[in-house]
Amino acid sequence: MAEMKDVVLEYVVNEYVDEDDGTTVSYDTPLISSGIVDSFSMVSLKVFLEKKYQIKLPDDEATPEAFDTVNSIVRLVQKHQGK
Amino acid sequence: MAYSSKTRSLFAGEIDSIKEKGLFKEKRYICSPQDAEIEVEYPEGAPKRHVLNFCSNNYLGLSSHPEVVKAAHEGLDSRGYGMSSVRFICGTQDIHRELQDRMSKFLGMEDTILFPSCMDANAGVFEAVLGQEDVIIADRLIHASLVDGIRLCSAEYDTYKHMNMKHLKEKLELHKDKRTRMIVTDGVFSMDGDLAPMDEICALAEEHDAMVLVDDSHASGFIGKTGRGVHEHFGVMDKVDIITTTFGKALGGASGGCVSGKREIVELCFQKARPFLFSNALAPSIVKASIKVIDLISKSTERRDRLETNTKRFREKITAAGLFVRPGETPIVPVMLYNAKLANDMARDMYAEGIYVVGFFFPVVPAGAARIRVQLSAAHTDQQIDQCVAAFRKVGEKYGIIGLEKDGIIAKYGM
Repeated sequence: MAEMKDVVLEYVVNEYVDEDDGTTVSYDTPLISSGIVDSFSMVSLKVFLEKKYQIKLPDDEATPEAFDTVNSIVRLVQKHQGK
Repeated sequence: MAYSSKTRSLFAGEIDSIKEKGLFKEKRYICSPQDAEIEVEYPEGAPKRHVLNFCSNNYLGLSSHPEVVKAAHEGLDSRGYGMSSVRFICGTQDIHRELQDRMSKFLGMEDTILFPSCMDANAGVFEAVLGQEDVIIADRLIHASLVDGIRLCSAEYDTYKHMNMKHLKEKLELHKDKRTRMIVTDGVFSMDGDLAPMDEICALAEEHDAMVLVDDSHASGFIGKTGRGVHEHFGVMDKVDIITTTFGKALGGASGGCVSGKREIVELCFQKARPFLFSNALAPSIVKASIKVIDLISKSTERRDRLETNTKRFREKITAAGLFVRPGETPIVPVMLYNAKLANDMARDMYAEGIYVVGFFFPVVPAGAARIRVQLSAAHTDQQIDQCVAAFRKVGEKYGIIGLEKDGIIAKYGM
């Protein structure tokens, strides 16, 4: 559990945060609603999760709400890992 | 009548929600031709007043140019009002072909196809050309019309950090197994006014066997020594594969757009692009006027040179006046305010001073990056530019932001 959280957090920071803008991201930081990740570039995260965890996230579940924090992303991935 | 009171309440509730979020767009009416000085009714119902326009895309001041208007009249007289047809049935006149050929020559591309707008060009080009074996790799801040077009296409897509070439390179390597890679960027980004580094993008494209598509809507006609666009500016005229652009900004300002590029891509758009296939042909008056615009800007660089001078003057003077603007060289100059309410309030006060500008904030720009976007035109006089700067200085003093940069403004007003 902790490991997946950290993998996702590391990806989010590397993929979406510019080195020099000083934004800090934690497990509960809002990503979409705060504007750190926009709905267009969210696709990079979806592709990463699908490849990394060998799952398929349906479009109707890969919503901005489900992707809004590292914690909610992990919950979504775990739900599909169990299928 | 199935539009019940319940249905009406549903939509009214959504409009209320837009208002509550502070995102409601007010109606503003221009009661004169588009120009540096216009007559405006704002707010709706208020007495009309003359103001200086610093928020239009009339970069070259050609929207109401007498020769352009005359050419539009000639189009009406010689080819009629409308085509009553899509292009591929009976909507293509000889002048449509002429404008396409003129654009190909102007942009230095193999071929061109006209669309009703650049929004339509961007909505149609990806689906017509790419399939699920391909990948689109796009800058994160590309225009909404490109985003929509990419989403309509079955190709996989990915994004890279804004103008971050290291990140783009990583993404090109990540997707090396795809049949085709297409890099997508704006030439000039409309909110920040920054120029995509086309020389670096094209070098990466060559290295990784990728195509390059650039939307040059905020560049065609004035960026580059002879106004061809960002590919001229960066010396990569022969390295860009596809340019989408508009006739609705510098190139006359009416409407219409195009896809210009390799001939097979243009042909695929003719055969398959849905906004092209299912939308009426561009009106003859617009086509004739657009040809006249290409004539005017091909003969002389006077207007783009004047725009460059005006841009330099405004950027220097606004900075000297103590306002904080994003550095750059294009006529899109964001006066950074960070706080949405501050941007709105200052824009309203600028209007009271006779300067028409608009505040932009999330979600149009990233959260905490609210600004007033100033757009220069070749039609502005030195005196009008100085008047705009003086108004910014006066309004800036009222809000106590003169001399403050990002941290100072945020400390005072928050984000």
